[in-house]
Amino acid sequence: MDPLLEMLKKNARESDAVLAKELGTTEADVKARIAAYEKEGVIRGFRALINPARIDDTTVHAVIELRIRPEREGGFDRLAARISKCPQVESMFLMSGGFDLLLFVKGKNLQEVAHFVSANLATIDGVLSTATHFMLKTYKDQDILMEGEHHDDRLQVSP
Amino acid sequence: MTTDSKSVPDQFVAPHLRDIPKSGIRDFFDIVASRRDIISLGIGEPDFQTPWHIRERAMSAIERGFTRYTSNLGMPELRQALTTYMKHAFHATYDWKSEILVTVGVSEALDIALRAVLSPGDEVLYHEPCFVAYAPLIRMAHGVPVAVDTFRKDDFRLTVEELEKKVTPRTRILLINFPNNPTGACLTKADTEALADFVIKHNLLLISDEVYSELTYEGGRHTMASIHRIRDRLIFMNGFSKAWAMTGFRLGYVCAPAPLTDAMMKIHQYCMMSAPTVSQHAGIEALTSGDADITEMRDSYHQRRNFLVASLNEMGLDCFMPRGAFYVFPSIQSTGLTAHEFAMRFLNEYSVACVPGTAFGACGAGYLRCAYATGIDQLKEAMTRMQTFLKTL
Repeated sequence: MDPLLEMLKKNARESDAVLAKELGTTEADVKARIAAYEKEGVIRGFRALINPARIDDTTVHAVIELRIRPEREGGFDRLAARISKCPQVESMFLMSGGFDLLLFVKGKNLQEVAHFVSANLATIDGVLSTATHFMLKTYKDQDILMEGEHHDDRLQVSP
Repeated sequence: MTTDSKSVPDQFVAPHLRDIPKSGIRDFFDIVASRRDIISLGIGEPDFQTPWHIRERAMSAIERGFTRYTSNLGMPELRQALTTYMKHAFHATYDWKSEILVTVGVSEALDIALRAVLSPGDEVLYHEPCFVAYAPLIRMAHGVPVAVDTFRKDDFRLTVEELEKKVTPRTRILLINFPNNPTGACLTKADTEALADFVIKHNLLLISDEVYSELTYEGGRHTMASIHRIRDRLIFMNGFSKAWAMTGFRLGYVCAPAPLTDAMMKIHQYCMMSAPTVSQHAGIEALTSGDADITEMRDSYHQRRNFLVASLNEMGLDCFMPRGAFYVFPSIQSTGLTAHEFAMRFLNEYSVACVPGTAFGACGAGYLRCAYATGIDQLKEAMTRMQTFLKTL
């Protein structure tokens, strides 16, 4: 992967000037490359990773395992595309193993998620079963630990 | 009361040890250590945590009760892994049964190597600026340290031209360290060949401390271990501290022909018994499953180095592009301050610690060692403060 993308994945707010220095190139080159990635759809967006425990956020998150019936033409894709359009679905993946689709969904409260599963998902023709797991606490998300800052206990100076 | 100027305890300290100055940067270190909330670019160890799978292996070793001595030479499994690693990484063949010795860091390796081969009065050529331990360790082994300067014009690589000025009939050893602490200098292929010719010409033993060898960023890794015509006169040493961020594990190793390994082993077995067992287990894990860890850390150091060198040059401090280790060595001569004055003022007024180049030898005058084993955010802040500091000069 382009080291620029690796660096943006770690910190998308890094200035173009610093990125340019780290990569040994010019600021204009960094700007152009990011613009190209956005245009090509390689970069799909930039957003903050927020620790929900540190803000007054009562949003409920759940993981749902879905078994669906593949279709003669297109396999899982038509149904998957339909489900992924639901605004409650934050992430969705086709999986190997005991179920087919893994959904990360959100809702205002438990009832809202429960309603989404029973009324919207389970009723779709082709959905064979659902298994819903509510998330209780985030320890780590996308490589980032939510609690426990890295403590630097090194000597202040060493040879 | 004694009438002598020395106190009773003092008089028992061996004269050759009394004459060794405490680490040249000890005073500076003490000042830095007393300060809180500083950004330190003075730390000569990785900021990364030891990779989790390596720590896990160490915990598992304790859990399974591997808490006793090992073979004096080190665990066979570790030495076998080292044989494989040396072949793969350095194209060098060492027999794990007789030519590899696991030590308590490269520090011990250096100590026992020097003690194993030096007779009183033997001269040892080493290059400056260099790691602070070399001259004292040579003296403790009753040798005579002979410093050879390296220069900015050569990107601080060691040249045969300078060596020839200092070699005498009493010279017995050439001790080198590339990639280098504190300059980040690396040898080229031609350099390694020239140094090999030099040690053959003068019938010297070569001790090569290559503890930063995994942290080489471009231009290829040129090691003395792959030059087979000096195999009989080479003591190669390396460790786990820098490559896998394992400083506290205290684990290193030395590769040398059997008679030399035997001689070092005599000292090691009596003064150390064996390297820490838990660390040796961790070392096996690092060697057998730790390639990806190195790549990840090296890429990060690489980017930070680029950032520091570009920033320093941009603000008018001449800084060559070092190809290895995790140090940059900018010249601060344009400021008119000495390295010590610069470092003290930068610390006192801007709370950033950099080590004056003179801590690593007289020819480090006019230079600073800035370690980039520190997160990019801190490096950015340090460079912002340096820019502000420079404007006041």
